[in-house]
Amino acid sequence: MSSSPAGAISLSPAPGSRISGRGPAQDAAVRSRSARRRQLSVRAIALGYLALLLLAPVAMIFYRTFEGGLSPVWNAVSAPNAQHAFWLSIEIVAIAVPLNTIFGIGMALLLERGRFWGKSALGLLIDLPFAISPVVVGLSLVLVYGKTGWLGDWLAEQGIQVIFSVPGMVIATAVVSLPFVVRETMPVLRELGTDAEQAAETLGASAWQAFWRVTLPGIRWGVVYGVVLTTARALGEFGAVSIVSGRIEGQTQTLPLYVQDRFENFDITGAYTAAVVLALLALATLLAMNLLTRRAHRGTAL
Amino acid sequence: MAIEVRGVSKRFGDFVALEDVSIEVADGALTALLGPSGSGKSTLLRIIAGLETPDSGEVVIDEHDVTGSPARSRGVGFVFQHYAPFKHMTVHDNVAFGLSVRKRPKEEIRGRVEELLALVRLDGLAGRYPSQLSGGQLQRMALARALAVQPRVLLLDEPFGALDAQVRAELREWLRKLHEEIHVTTIFVTHDQEEAMEVAEQIVVMNKGRIEQAGAPRELYESPANEFVMSFIGPVNRLGDAFVRPHDIQILAEDDGTGTEALVERVVHLGFEVRVELKLPDGREIWAQVTREEAQQLELSQGQILSVRLPAPRVFAS
Repeated sequence: MSSSPAGAISLSPAPGSRISGRGPAQDAAVRSRSARRRQLSVRAIALGYLALLLLAPVAMIFYRTFEGGLSPVWNAVSAPNAQHAFWLSIEIVAIAVPLNTIFGIGMALLLERGRFWGKSALGLLIDLPFAISPVVVGLSLVLVYGKTGWLGDWLAEQGIQVIFSVPGMVIATAVVSLPFVVRETMPVLRELGTDAEQAAETLGASAWQAFWRVTLPGIRWGVVYGVVLTTARALGEFGAVSIVSGRIEGQTQTLPLYVQDRFENFDITGAYTAAVVLALLALATLLAMNLLTRRAHRGTAL
Repeated sequence: MAIEVRGVSKRFGDFVALEDVSIEVADGALTALLGPSGSGKSTLLRIIAGLETPDSGEVVIDEHDVTGSPARSRGVGFVFQHYAPFKHMTVHDNVAFGLSVRKRPKEEIRGRVEELLALVRLDGLAGRYPSQLSGGQLQRMALARALAVQPRVLLLDEPFGALDAQVRAELREWLRKLHEEIHVTTIFVTHDQEEAMEVAEQIVVMNKGRIEQAGAPRELYESPANEFVMSFIGPVNRLGDAFVRPHDIQILAEDDGTGTEALVERVVHLGFEVRVELKLPDGREIWAQVTREEAQQLELSQGQILSVRLPAPRVFAS
């Protein structure tokens, strides 16, 4: 996980890092040549690594999807189960991401500003979803919310079904993507400090006004970056949702589950098409953040 | 009295920041809280503003006990050491903040902000962002922002601390003039005695969480209450338990038998003022302050032996 909202790794050399061949010319030329060679090899390794691990597989999926022309793709996209999976994924993201955003900002404030016993333990707890396998998260949710689970009887009496339905899938998604907003917001909150909030207070702002007008705008890029990561993770979640959902076709099948289902049933076009849709959604999320950030930077000349 | 602090104490863990501190500030006065770092001056200022809560004691502003009230209802304007600008807002929106949280009409806000920006000489920069301003401009923006809500008292924490020497001198002068113009009761914190002497009408000298002495600059200089005030305000020579001001040491043109012998170790020309470093026969080192003309008349030079007359030294009971 990168902690910088700018995210991108610059592969070009820093300005002025190239040694000019002046003075003892030969010496400098040798030095500059070896420096350039080193830079080039670093770049080649980085790009090669990216190409093998990321670019080639994604490109292959796109290629395979559109290999047979547009009409099989269109059929695959308009299949009712595919449509359902798409909208279910969107629905889950639309609930889980705002929940984690509100929780994440609150938790970041608590961990960064609060002084209480057990704070570092709480900080560790927040990171737990990163450490635990999503499958384990799914199983543990079944243990609590399932029919024979700890809260199962009570939930059944209330007529609420969590496991094998949307609420359980939302919970599973929220759990696995829990740390992003907290972890991206904390450092910007620390950097912002408390002076500006106190200034707002002396100027007559209530705690609520100070939060909305000073704190939140001050940490917004951390929050936005956290939200983007949360969205990407929530969209792609497979393991935990797979267990909690029961994978009922046309009912509790999200896009990643649908991809797996099509693949297992030898519907390669269906699987690839759904995969491409997932990849496009992720790309759109990243692009949206990029545009937002760029516009904001132009606006406030940060 | 505009501000009264009565018997305020404050601890941070084991550290005693303030111990039974009481001060009074008259309506419209310009007061400096002067002391070395860790003396508790900033803590006292923050307690008056309501940004810290005292462990005991009272804060009274305009005859109202505000000890238990939050900062936002105290009617104080506070300028932070590093200005605490709202970085995502323009200069205009920064200054307008206090009025806009009070939901004043837009027209009124615009008029008031224009007026204030003219007062602090930032007219024309209303559309800029804090990152586009210099330190001195940020300082003045912070001041305009604090003044926008028409505070009963204005509190400034090390207002010139983060600025370079020239801007500092300009702003000092300007703050004093501004105070004459708007006459709001003002307290500022500083560790620089020269700054306090130049700007303030009243100085409160603090040390180790206590008040050493309060009074007009001249009073503190001429009759310091103790060793600390004597050595903190104005230059001083220490001779054992006694203190002598450098400008009170007289260098005699001719040895008439009334003086003490001294060796000139160094002559430093600081413009109008000349600093003469001397060694007494018993090995003690002191320095005397003379004018350029005196130095010329005496033909001072290094290695010279001359006669000086020491004034009656001041001794404080410890």
